[in-house]
Amino acid sequence: MATVDLKDVRKIYAGGVEAVKGVSIAIPDKALCVLVGPSGCGKSTLLRMIAGLETISAGTCSIDGKVVNSIGPTERDIAMVFQNYALYPHMKVYDNMAYGLRNRGMPKDEVDKRVRGTAQTLELEHLLERRPRELSGGQRQRVAMGRAIVRNPKVFLFDEPLSNLDAKLRGQMRVEIKSLQRKLGVTSVYVTHDQLEAMTLADVLVVMNAGLVEQLGAPLDIYEKPASTFVASFIGAPPMNLLPLRGGQLEDAITLPTVTGNATTIGFRPEDCEVGADGATSSDGLRLMANVEGVEPVGAESFLYCAAGGGKIVVRVAGRTEVQVGDQLPIFARREKLHFFGSDGKRV
Amino acid sequence: MSPRVVFPNKILPYLLVAPQLAITLVFFYWPASQALRQSMLREDPFGLSSKFVWFDNFKKVLSDPNYLNSIQVTAIFSISVAAVAMGTALLLAVMAEKVVRSRGLYRTLMIWPYAVAPAIAGMLWLFLFNPSIGSLAYGLRWLGINWDPLLDGEQAMALVVAAASWKQISYNFLFFVAGLQAIPKTLIEAAAIDGAGENKRFWTIVFPLLAPTTFFLLVVNTVYAFFDTFGIIHAVTGGGPGKATETLVYKVYNDGFVNLILGDSAAQSVILMVIVIALTAVQFRYVEKKVHYG
Repeated sequence: MATVDLKDVRKIYAGGVEAVKGVSIAIPDKALCVLVGPSGCGKSTLLRMIAGLETISAGTCSIDGKVVNSIGPTERDIAMVFQNYALYPHMKVYDNMAYGLRNRGMPKDEVDKRVRGTAQTLELEHLLERRPRELSGGQRQRVAMGRAIVRNPKVFLFDEPLSNLDAKLRGQMRVEIKSLQRKLGVTSVYVTHDQLEAMTLADVLVVMNAGLVEQLGAPLDIYEKPASTFVASFIGAPPMNLLPLRGGQLEDAITLPTVTGNATTIGFRPEDCEVGADGATSSDGLRLMANVEGVEPVGAESFLYCAAGGGKIVVRVAGRTEVQVGDQLPIFARREKLHFFGSDGKRV
Repeated sequence: MSPRVVFPNKILPYLLVAPQLAITLVFFYWPASQALRQSMLREDPFGLSSKFVWFDNFKKVLSDPNYLNSIQVTAIFSISVAAVAMGTALLLAVMAEKVVRSRGLYRTLMIWPYAVAPAIAGMLWLFLFNPSIGSLAYGLRWLGINWDPLLDGEQAMALVVAAASWKQISYNFLFFVAGLQAIPKTLIEAAAIDGAGENKRFWTIVFPLLAPTTFFLLVVNTVYAFFDTFGIIHAVTGGGPGKATETLVYKVYNDGFVNLILGDSAAQSVILMVIVIALTAVQFRYVEKKVHYG
């Protein structure tokens, strides 16, 4: 049970490269904080600094109110799940899980009780006598989880733990991690580049870009009010449609509501588009003609890839669609579903 | 498994392996069979005739106290060389991992001794530790050690062990560095997070994962100590003082080419061959079981 506080944390490597450029995040007790961003945005570096695997160049990191900058990973009382699981290949699953407990001098019967208890929670009991190489990817992932939770640490750190699993297993484990984290009530920091994982897992979502925090907040708040074009195009799949405004006007627009401020970009989500003349009753919104260039039916929904308004947009329609490549469609987005961004990419 | 290659021609495959087989036959089986034949022959004192004596040479050799001494010397020498060479190399490799600046230069310097020929290495050590002119011998005496490997058998043994190990350290170092680099960094990090200090991490994670390398080097070093150290012993002590550093290989040479007792010498080399085959078999059979690959 602990809070994690980062205050203006920076990481400057020996060559002068600044990987993390002053990040402040306060993670409340028992919360799951997800750091999401493209590769190279500094999210993993930040996680490794919390773990104590990287030194902190400037700023402070505190766990449970105590500054841990100068404390090594051994004494921080954290547990980490690595992307490649980092299971000890020469130890059985049991010993993998018991290793951290034994290192802390726990009596043998207590170790046994804890390991077996955790194995039961994660349904690993039948695997305890096996070695990591005899396990499937999903099983290894569970063992890595088990090794983390058996210690009952103050903080869990996850470094893209699901990226080596296939899509189906990933979805399953995502749900499981969430419920496990809730049940155990351990403060967690989770790094991913997958926006779906980020959206579904996070209590606190931190979108990072180029070593800086782009936006921090509840996942749905971020989804509904992205602070910048970067966040808008990163969160949501497919990403938000962004079209350029020239002098407050949009190319090919039939109707365009009053542009907020001096916005240079207008955005709307693929799922907020209405196709055809149905939306005509509401005149307060964006209406434009789109040329369909591609149709992707995925079953429950279909995506239309169109050229419109001097750019490319994606339109999501429910179920099957009769639309063909080459069709011309009127697209409508309601006023309240439109987003405006200034020339610096920030929301206006 | 790759699929079996099927040659349409019946003779071609045999022709293709023939050069390899010929080389093996001419340079290994033929000399080996000659040694085996020679080991059962005994020559008259003038070398004019020889007669077939079955296993008499072996009986004679195995009941010779000098030969039994040589076995003991070889055992002490081989175990010491393997232990010193591997232990030092591992220590240096672990230290080299921690070097932040000019790691490459450090590694390159560590590898140089391997390029020195055994006899030259022996001479270097001989000069350094020569009781009358050696600079390091002077240092040892200054420390109060009565240094005289020309008379003291144990000191002579220490000297050849040091010289032989010194040459092999570079080789072992290379393999240990490669072995250490093959261990994923995240394992070490995971162990650190799991509360293991540096020493503990080494003995519980790094060392067990190095086992395949260590095992391989154990085989190579044993064979090295048995066979490839002749030049060093010849240059440094010549097997002496007395027979204190006369290893099996050195005795084969001494009896065969210096004393010209060809039958005895051949019998000894056959025994030596059997010992090394047995040793390697034992190492692979028993030690490898405790080694975890991957």
